[in-house]
Amino acid sequence: MESVLKVHNLGMNFGGLRALDSVDLDVGKHEIVALIGPNGAGKTTFFNCVTGIYPPTEGDVLISVRGKGELKRINGMKPNKVTEKGLARTFQNIRLFSNMTVLENVMIGRHCRMHAGILGAVFRGRSTVREEQSAVQESYAILEKMGLAPFVNDFAKNLPYGAQRRLEIARAMATEPFLLLLDEPAAGMNPYETRELDELIQRIRHEEEISILLIEHDMKLVMSLSDRIFVVDYGRKIAQGTPAQIRDNPDVIKAYLGEERDA
Amino acid sequence: MDYFLELFLGGLTRGSIYALIALGYTMVYGIIELINFAHGEIYMIGAFTALIVISVLTLMGMNTVAILVIAGVIAVIYSSAYGYTVEKIAYKPLRNAPRLSALISAIGMSLFLQNYVLLAQTSDFLPFPNLVPDFEFMEPWAHIIGSTEIVILTTTAVVMVLLTLLIKFTNIGKAMRAASQDKTMAMLVGINVNRVISVTFVVGSATAAIGGVLIASHVGMINFYIGFIAGIKAFVAAVLGGIGSIPGAVLGSFVLGWTESFATGYVSSDYEDVFAFLFLVLILIFRPAGILGRTEKNKV
Amino acid sequence: MFAFDRIKKALLVSVWFMFLTFPILVIRINPVERTVEWRWINMLLIGVGSFFLSFVWHYFIRRREAGVRRAETGEGPEGGTPARRILKNKKIYRPALAVAGIFALVFPFLFSLYQTNIMISALIYVMLGLGLNIVVGLAGLLDLGYVAFYAVGAYAYALLNYHFGLTFWMALPIGAGLGAVFGILLGFPVLRLRGDYLAIVTLGFGEIIRIILENWNEFSFGPSGISNIPRPSLFGIDLSVHDATIYIYYVMIGLCLLTIFVVNRLQDSRIGRAWIALREDEIACQAMGIDKAKTKLTAFALGATWAGMSGVVFAAKTTFVNPASFTIWESIIILCIVVLGGMGSIVGVIAGALVLILMPEYLRAFSEYRMLAFGVVLVVMMVFRPGGLIPNVRRIYTFTDAAESGKGD
Repeated sequence: MESVLKVHNLGMNFGGLRALDSVDLDVGKHEIVALIGPNGAGKTTFFNCVTGIYPPTEGDVLISVRGKGELKRINGMKPNKVTEKGLARTFQNIRLFSNMTVLENVMIGRHCRMHAGILGAVFRGRSTVREEQSAVQESYAILEKMGLAPFVNDFAKNLPYGAQRRLEIARAMATEPFLLLLDEPAAGMNPYETRELDELIQRIRHEEEISILLIEHDMKLVMSLSDRIFVVDYGRKIAQGTPAQIRDNPDVIKAYLGEERDA
Repeated sequence: MDYFLELFLGGLTRGSIYALIALGYTMVYGIIELINFAHGEIYMIGAFTALIVISVLTLMGMNTVAILVIAGVIAVIYSSAYGYTVEKIAYKPLRNAPRLSALISAIGMSLFLQNYVLLAQTSDFLPFPNLVPDFEFMEPWAHIIGSTEIVILTTTAVVMVLLTLLIKFTNIGKAMRAASQDKTMAMLVGINVNRVISVTFVVGSATAAIGGVLIASHVGMINFYIGFIAGIKAFVAAVLGGIGSIPGAVLGSFVLGWTESFATGYVSSDYEDVFAFLFLVLILIFRPAGILGRTEKNKV
Repeated sequence: MFAFDRIKKALLVSVWFMFLTFPILVIRINPVERTVEWRWINMLLIGVGSFFLSFVWHYFIRRREAGVRRAETGEGPEGGTPARRILKNKKIYRPALAVAGIFALVFPFLFSLYQTNIMISALIYVMLGLGLNIVVGLAGLLDLGYVAFYAVGAYAYALLNYHFGLTFWMALPIGAGLGAVFGILLGFPVLRLRGDYLAIVTLGFGEIIRIILENWNEFSFGPSGISNIPRPSLFGIDLSVHDATIYIYYVMIGLCLLTIFVVNRLQDSRIGRAWIALREDEIACQAMGIDKAKTKLTAFALGATWAGMSGVVFAAKTTFVNPASFTIWESIIILCIVVLGGMGSIVGVIAGALVLILMPEYLRAFSEYRMLAFGVVLVVMMVFRPGGLIPNVRRIYTFTDAAESGKGD
C-alpha cells in the first residue's frame, strides 16, 4: 500500500531531554492509524515535529505530495507550508479563534486554498468575489457535514465543548488535507459523543478519502477505528500492529499498567 | 589608562543605577509577565520625594548627612506606596486580560504619573543638592572616581546582598520564587499570590527609589521625565540579562552601563540612547532569552 | 443602603491617597526662590475626591465582574453596545451620515480658518488612527513606534522638495510608498517577538529614528528642522494661505474617505481574516496554512502607508517639520485613539480621533491636563471597556439555504 506519510528514525531533543528517540511510523493511503502511549510519551511532540512546529533533531519526515506520487522530505518546513502541502492538524488543547464566528474559523482553513491578495481585497474584482463566495459556500458545506450548521454565526468561544472539538476538525478539513492529524479528538467527551466522533471519523475517511493519524487515550475508540496502531513510551516506539496484536502485546500492557507483580 | 579606568568605573556606576531599577522590572515580569511601564516613574517619584523632603528639612536647618538618610528612607516608603497602589489600580484588574490590555494600561499609568508630577511640581529641571560629603581618603583617586560614585556602588552592593538574602532565606522570598515559577501551583499550595505580587512591587519600587535618590545626588538635577529614559534602559538591561532572572538583571545592567560608558567615551555621546535601543533590538532578535535566561520552548 | 463597610473602606482609601499624594501635591518646590509652598487645599481635594471615587470605582469593578463584560466588548451578534445599536439602525444611521457628510463639506465656509486648521489636524489623526488600527486593532501587533512612519512621510516631502523641488502631489504617493517600505524594514526584525517585546522594540525604533533625525544634521538639518515647505498647489496655481488651507482640508477629507474605504475592504477579506486569526492565536493560524511572517509584514506595511501619507499632508499643512513633532508621545496618542475608539473598529477609531483631538482644542483651558487625561483614559478603558467606545462587530453571514449563500449585515 502506498504511504502518505513516512517517518524515519525521528529524534527530538529539548536541551537535555530526549523527547523522541528513533521513532518510525507510516500511514498508508486511506488508512486510519493511531498513535498511543502513556502521558508524556512524546505523542504531541511527534505531531509537532511532523507539522513543522519544531524541526526534528534527527530523522526524516516524508509525505507524498498532495497525497499521490513520490515522497518528499518536509523536515523543518514551516507549519503553514506543511499545511499547504496537505497535512492538517487539530490541537490537544483546543485552539480555536475564539473571537471569530464558527463560519470564519472554517474560512480561515480555506485561506491556503485561496489567492486573493491586497489588490483583490481592495478592488473586489470578479474573481475575488467569486472566490469569497465559494469559500463561504464550501465552509458552510463542511459545517453541515459536521453537524455544526446551527452554530454558523456564533462565536467559537460560545460553543459547547463537543461542538468546539468538531469545529477544530471542520477547520482542519477546510484546508483540503490528504492527511489529517487529530490530537486527542475525544478528550473530555462522554461515551455518546465519542461514538458520534467514531462515526464522524469513519465518514471522513470514506467520503473525503482522507488518511488519518490520531493520538488518543480512549482505547475503545482506538480499537474500533484504527487499521493499525503505533505505541510509544518515553519517546520510543515500543510496538506496532493491528488492534488485535496491540491488545495482547505484553510490552504495551506493561507500559500502561506497569509490571505484573507476583502476589 | 586613567581615562579607561574612569570610563570603567563610570560604567560600573551607571550599571549600578540601572541594576537598582532593573530589579523591579525583572521581579515583576517573573511573576505576572508584565512589563511595568510605570516603573521608571516610580524611580522618578522617589527622586522627587527625596528632593521635597530635603528642601523642607533644609529650610528647617538640619545637617546634611542626616537629611540624605531621612530623605532616602521617606523616598523609599513613598515609592513603595506608589508601586503598591499602581499595581492595585492598573494591573490587578487586568490579571486575566490579554497581555496587550495590561501593557496599554501600564503605558497609561506611566503617562499619568509623569504628568501628575509635572503638573504638581514644574516642568523645569530642579537642582538636587549633592549631600554626599567628599571623603578625604578618596583624594588620590578623585579624578577617576568621586565620593558619590563610591556611595552608589556600596549602596547597590548592600541592596543586592539584602535582596539575595530576602529571596533565598525568607518565607516571602520562597513564595516569590514559587509564584514566579508557577503562579497557579503556588496558589494551590496555599501561597497568597496577591500578597506576593504586592510585595514584589513594593520591593522593586524600593530599590528603584534608592536608585533615584542616588542618581539625583550624583547628577545634581531631576525633572519629571528622567524616569522614562532610565526606565527604558533599565528594561533593556533586564531583558539583556534575561528577564525574570535577578542575577541576569544585574549582569545586563553592568553590560549596558559599560557599553554606554565606553561608547560615549570613545565614540560619540550624541547617540548615547541609541546604544540601549540597538542592544535591545539585537538581543531580542538573536537571543530573546537574554544572557542568563532560560530558552523556553512553547508547549503547543 | 450603603454598607457601613463600604464607607469605612472609602475612608481608608481617602486617607491613603491623602498620604500618598502629600509630598508631591501638597509641597511644591519653588526653585527660583528656594522655598516650598504648602498647598493644603490639594490635600482636601484629594481626600474628598478619592472618597467619592472609591465608591464609583467599586461600583464599576463589580459591574464588570458580574459578567457584563461580554456586552461591553460588543463582540456578539446580539447587538452590542448602545452606540452600535444606534449605528445599526438604518433609519438613524443613513440620515445621520448624510448630515455629517454635508456638515463636513461646508465646514470651511461655516467656520474660521483657525477651526479649519484644527479639523485638518483631527482628520490627520483619523488617518493615523485608521492606519495603526490595521497593525494593532486587526493584527494585534502593538507598534509603539508608529510615529516613525509619520516622520518618514513628512521628511520625505520636506527633503524631496528641498533638494529636487518635488510638489505635494508627487510627494504623496512617494510618502505612501516609503511608509510601506519602512513598515517592512522595521517589521522584519520583530517578526519573532512576542507582544510586550514587540512593543518595546518598536518603541525603540521610533526613538532611534527621531534621534537620527535630530543628530544627523547633514541629512535632516537637525533640531531646527526644515521650513518653507510649500503647500499644495491647485493645478499649478499657487494659492493664498487661506485658500490653500481650505484646499488641504478637502484633500484630507478625500484621503480619509479613501482610507476608510480601503481599510473596510481589507477588513472583510482573506487578508483581514488572516490578521484577526494571527491576533487570536499565532500557532493555530500557522497550522491553518497562513504564513505568519508575510501576514505580519503586510500588516506593518499597509499600516505604515497611511502614516506616510499623513506625514506628507502634515508637512504641507504646517510648512515646517522638525524632530520634536515625532516623539513617542505621538505614537501613544495615536494608540490612545485606537484603544479609546475600539480596536479593529473603523467607526470607533474615527470617533476616538475626533474626541481626543477636538476636545482638547475646545477645552483649551484644561490643555495642561491633556496628557494626564490620556493616561487616565488608557487605564480606564483597558480595565472597564477594552473593546473601546464603539467596539468592532464581526460580520454576519446569512444563509437562505445551503446552495445559496451571501453576505448579510
